[in-house]
Amino acid sequence: MNALLVRDLRLAFRAGGGFGLGLAFFLIVVTLVPFAVGPQADLLARIAAGILWLGALLACLLSLDRILALDWEDGSLDLLATSPLPLEAALAVKALAHWLTTGLPLVLAAPVLGVLLNLPGPGYVWTCLSLVIGTPALSVIGAFGAALTVGLRRGGLLLSLIVLPLYVPTLIFGAEAARRGADGLDPTTPLLMLGGITAGVVALMPFASAAVLRVNLR
Amino acid sequence: MSFWEYANPVKFLTLSERVLPFFWALSAICIVVGLVWGFFFTPDDFRQGSTVKIIYLHVPSALMAINAWFMMLVASLIWLVRRHHVSALAAKAAAPVGVTMTLIALFTGAVWGQPMWGTWWAWDPRLTSFLILFLFYLGYMALWEAIEDPDTAADLTSILCLVGSVFAVLSRYAVNFWNQGLHQGASLSLDKETNVADVFYHPLLVAIAGFVFLFFALVLYRTGTEIRIRRTRALMAREARIA
Repeated sequence: MNALLVRDLRLAFRAGGGFGLGLAFFLIVVTLVPFAVGPQADLLARIAAGILWLGALLACLLSLDRILALDWEDGSLDLLATSPLPLEAALAVKALAHWLTTGLPLVLAAPVLGVLLNLPGPGYVWTCLSLVIGTPALSVIGAFGAALTVGLRRGGLLLSLIVLPLYVPTLIFGAEAARRGADGLDPTTPLLMLGGITAGVVALMPFASAAVLRVNLR
Repeated sequence: MSFWEYANPVKFLTLSERVLPFFWALSAICIVVGLVWGFFFTPDDFRQGSTVKIIYLHVPSALMAINAWFMMLVASLIWLVRRHHVSALAAKAAAPVGVTMTLIALFTGAVWGQPMWGTWWAWDPRLTSFLILFLFYLGYMALWEAIEDPDTAADLTSILCLVGSVFAVLSRYAVNFWNQGLHQGASLSLDKETNVADVFYHPLLVAIAGFVFLFFALVLYRTGTEIRIRRTRALMAREARIA
């Protein structure tokens, strides 16, 4: 499992791995928002937490197909499937690698981009905390979507169509926690719910992902 | 004689051809009776005026939109456990019916909401979860369309249906948390003291029965079509191999 994790991380960091693309996308989304809604500071402050969450979610979505697509093309996915490591574990590790290369950088970038959006003071901690708790769920759910569409030629759009509705609960609780934090309210309840969702999907989703991947590798 | 005999496509088709006329007739009668009774022979609501009459379309379609997904869930489970092709095809056949019901519910709701709430759309928990349900239907149908191999498609869509069900329920409660609603609470529950008044209740029940029969008829009919499409394809493949 460690070897697989190290391998996935290396592949992502090396040239052509696309590491940083998600970050750049996050930056662009956040830059475009003021152009779309206007530069009024109070308006931006009100929506900043939500925009950061939405941007992180979209950046995450954009990089999902890389979880499995390359390994599918060069056949290493078949090797993984026949290896002694259970496919469930392999997919959990791959989701973890995706989170480390996409989710975690997004969390680290969020406060910087928060400045651009005039995020209110208390919002920084809560936005980052809710992203730390919530983005693993995005990666794990995304790995399910990637496994579902891995064999398809026009998988990209379909992947978004399938994965985005699955992101709804995570987004609701994550953005709610960040928003309450930014407004100076108590964000504990949505944070706990978000933690519950993440814990639940991390525990259960790899089984669903492995099930669909086995069908696709048949 | 067991229920599972009808997993055999031939037996299924024979049975469905025998019962389909009754389902069509029952659904037509119930819907016509329910709607005519509801539209012309019930009083106007003292607050909502005649707009109340849209419930005879809105409530049954909303009910069937959810039940269609539930039926797909059951059919998907049967496919995953017992590998009956008819079951997978029934789930496939139910999806477009369900999505249409969802659309009817959303549309009639908007038409009613405009004069009553003063808005076509509000981010109310029920409205929002229906919109999300609509998205789930779209994803499910798109996945069926995208995969060529029928067994792979059936497997993948079935698992998506299971996972989607969990997330649909999660979303339903998440949106409750996220926004307070405009939509009125349940008023047809069997275990409640105050339900919708009997004058509206009885024609509504008839209309609901009509929609249930309509749903069964449509799903049976569409499943039959799917079976025949599958059979035609098999025949054509065999022809091509011989030639």
